[in-house]
Amino acid sequence: MITIKDLHKSYHMGTNSLHVLKGINFNVNEGELVSIMGSSGSGKSTLLNILGMLDEADTGSYVLDGVQIKNLNEKIAARYRNEFLGFIFQSFNLINYKSALDNVALPLYYQGISRKERLSKAEHYLEKVGLAEWSHHLPSELSGGQKQRVAIARALASDPKVLLADEPTGALDTKTSYEVMELIQGINDEGKTILVVTHEHDIAQMTKRIVNLKDGVIIDDSKVEQVRATQYV
Amino acid sequence: MFNVERWQEIFETLRKNKLRTFLTGLSVASGIFILVILLGFSKGLENGVRSEFEGDATNLITVWTGVTTKGYKGLNPGRYVQMKNDNFDLISEKYKDNIDHKSSIYSIWGAQITYNNESVNYRVRGVMPGQQFIENASLVSGRFLNEPDLEESRKVAVIGQRLKLDLFKNEDPLDKIISIFGVNFKVVGVFTDPGGEREEQQAYIPVSTSQKVFGAGQDIRNMLFTIKMSDNFEEATQLSNQMALAIENELKTIHTVAPDDQSAVRVFNRLDEARKIYSLIATIQAVFWFIGIGTIVAGVVGVGNIMIIIVKERTKEIGIRKALGAQPNSIIGMILQEAIFVTMFAGLFGLVFGLGLLELVGPQIESDFLKYPQVNFNIALTTVFILVFAGALAGFIPAYRAAKIKPIVALRDE
Repeated sequence: MITIKDLHKSYHMGTNSLHVLKGINFNVNEGELVSIMGSSGSGKSTLLNILGMLDEADTGSYVLDGVQIKNLNEKIAARYRNEFLGFIFQSFNLINYKSALDNVALPLYYQGISRKERLSKAEHYLEKVGLAEWSHHLPSELSGGQKQRVAIARALASDPKVLLADEPTGALDTKTSYEVMELIQGINDEGKTILVVTHEHDIAQMTKRIVNLKDGVIIDDSKVEQVRATQYV
Repeated sequence: MFNVERWQEIFETLRKNKLRTFLTGLSVASGIFILVILLGFSKGLENGVRSEFEGDATNLITVWTGVTTKGYKGLNPGRYVQMKNDNFDLISEKYKDNIDHKSSIYSIWGAQITYNNESVNYRVRGVMPGQQFIENASLVSGRFLNEPDLEESRKVAVIGQRLKLDLFKNEDPLDKIISIFGVNFKVVGVFTDPGGEREEQQAYIPVSTSQKVFGAGQDIRNMLFTIKMSDNFEEATQLSNQMALAIENELKTIHTVAPDDQSAVRVFNRLDEARKIYSLIATIQAVFWFIGIGTIVAGVVGVGNIMIIIVKERTKEIGIRKALGAQPNSIIGMILQEAIFVTMFAGLFGLVFGLGLLELVGPQIESDFLKYPQVNFNIALTTVFILVFAGALAGFIPAYRAAKIKPIVALRDE
C-alpha cells in the first residue's frame, strides 16, 4: 500500500538547516496497523505529514496504492488527500461552528456528493463510532474522547485507503485513550490500513507493528503481539 | 457560482457566524445608507433652491427707488427719488435690443377689493402685459392684460386664484364687476403663479389705470425687465450685470443722485443672484459627492479589512478543509462568494433603508431650501455594485493567499 524509499527532509530556519529525515525506507501492506514511535524531534510527525501529503519531501520516492506521489501541485494533492487519506489529529481539528454530523460530512462535500447522501453517510459513520445521538451537537459540547470519535468518523467518511493518526490519544486520558484505540483496532479489523504516530508505549503495543524512529532514521521495525484495548476498557 | 451545494455551505457558514456576518453587513449597509442620505439631501437642496427661483423669471432685473443718503450737486440728502413713466420709456427704448419683457408698476398695498358682500384686503398691482411672463404666471381662465387695456386705461382686472376663491367661491368670475376702493373693474382673467398663495392673492390692473384711479399721475414704483437669454449662462449673467449697472447709472444721472448712493436707486439683478446660489449649490454638491465617495472608499477598505480578518480567523479552518481535500479554487470561491453575498445583501439593504427614509421623511420637510430630497436610483445602485466589486477585489488577495497556505502551516495555527 505504501512504499517509501530513501526519504530525506530538511527544514531551514534562517541560516540553520535541520535535517529531520535522513533516508527513510519502509513499506506498509494493506490491512496493517503500524505505529511510528520516537521521542520528540525524532522526525515521526514530519514523516506522517509527508505521508499525508501535507508536506513534501526533499528527495526520495513515495508510492501510495501504486500512485507515485511526486511534484504535486495543490490541486492534485487536494484530490489525493481526499481520495486516499483520512486524517486523525491530536487536537481533533474539527470545525467548531459545524455540528458533529456536518463535520463528518465535510470530506464528502469535497467529493461532490449531494447533501442528502452526504448526511446519510455521515450519520452511518457517526453511528459506527457510537455518537449517533450527538450528531447535532457542536464540538464545544462534546468531550475530548467524543471529539476524537467524530474526527475518526470524519476520516472514515471518504472511505480512504489509509488512515493517518497523529498522536490520536495525545490529548486524552488513559481510559479514553484506550476507548479510542479500541475503535481504531476495530476499524483495522475491517481491513483498513492505519498508521499511528505515538510516543506512548502502551498505545504502540496495541498496534501490530512498531517502527522506531530516532534522529531521522529507523532504528527498529518489528511486528508485535497486539494487545487488544478491549481488555482495559 | 450557481452551485447549490456551495450556496448551502455558505448559508450555513453565515448562519453559524452571525456576529461576523452582521458586522460586515453593518459597515457596508451604513456606508451605502449615508451615501443615499447625502445624495438625497443634496438633491433636495437643489430642488429647494430651484423652486425658490421658479416663482419669477430668473433673468429678471428689478428697479426700485428710495431716499437719497448723500448730498449731490447742491441737493440735500433725504430726498425721495420718484421714478416717472418717461424714465421707464427711456430705458425700455434705449435697451430694447436686450430686453425681453418689461413692466412698470404702480401698486396699492392692502387695497379693499369687494364683490357683492365679500370683501378682502389684498395687493392690487398696476402692471403692463409683460408682467405675466415676468411672474411666470399662467392663466386659468380668461386673458391677461393687453396693450389696448394699457393705452385706453381700461378698468379691467386679472385676479389671482386665491383671490378668486375668496371673492367668488365657485362662481365664474369672468366679466363680473369687482370694486377696488369703490372703483369698478371688470374681471377679464384668472391666473395662477408658481410663487404660491401670496402671489395668487393679488389683482393685476393696467398700470395706466392704476395711476389715474389712485391719483399717481406719472409716478411708478418699480420697473421690471427680463433680459434676453443666450444659451451661455455666463454670457447672459454678464449681459444682465451690464444692464443692471447701466440702468442704475442712467437713473442716477436723471435724478441727480450721487453715483455711490446705495439706497436712492436700487437695481436687483436676479440672474447674478441665481448664478451665485447655483454655484454655491454646485459647491455643496461637490462636497457631498466628495464625502459620499469618501464613505464608499472607507466602506471598501472596511470590507477589505474585514476580509483579511476573516481569512486570518479562518486559517485553521482552511487548513482543515485543505487536509480534507478542498481545492485551492474552492477555498477562494468560498471566501469570495461569501463576501460578495454579504456586501451585496447589506448594500441593497442600506440602499432600500436609505431610500425608504428619504421617501418617508422627505415629504415632511418644510423648508424653503430643502424640497423633495430624492436619489437617482441608478446612481445609488451603481455605488452598491462598485462597493461589492471593490469589496470582492479587496477580499480576493487575502483569499488567494489563504488558498496558498500549506495545510500543515494552517493546521498549526492556533
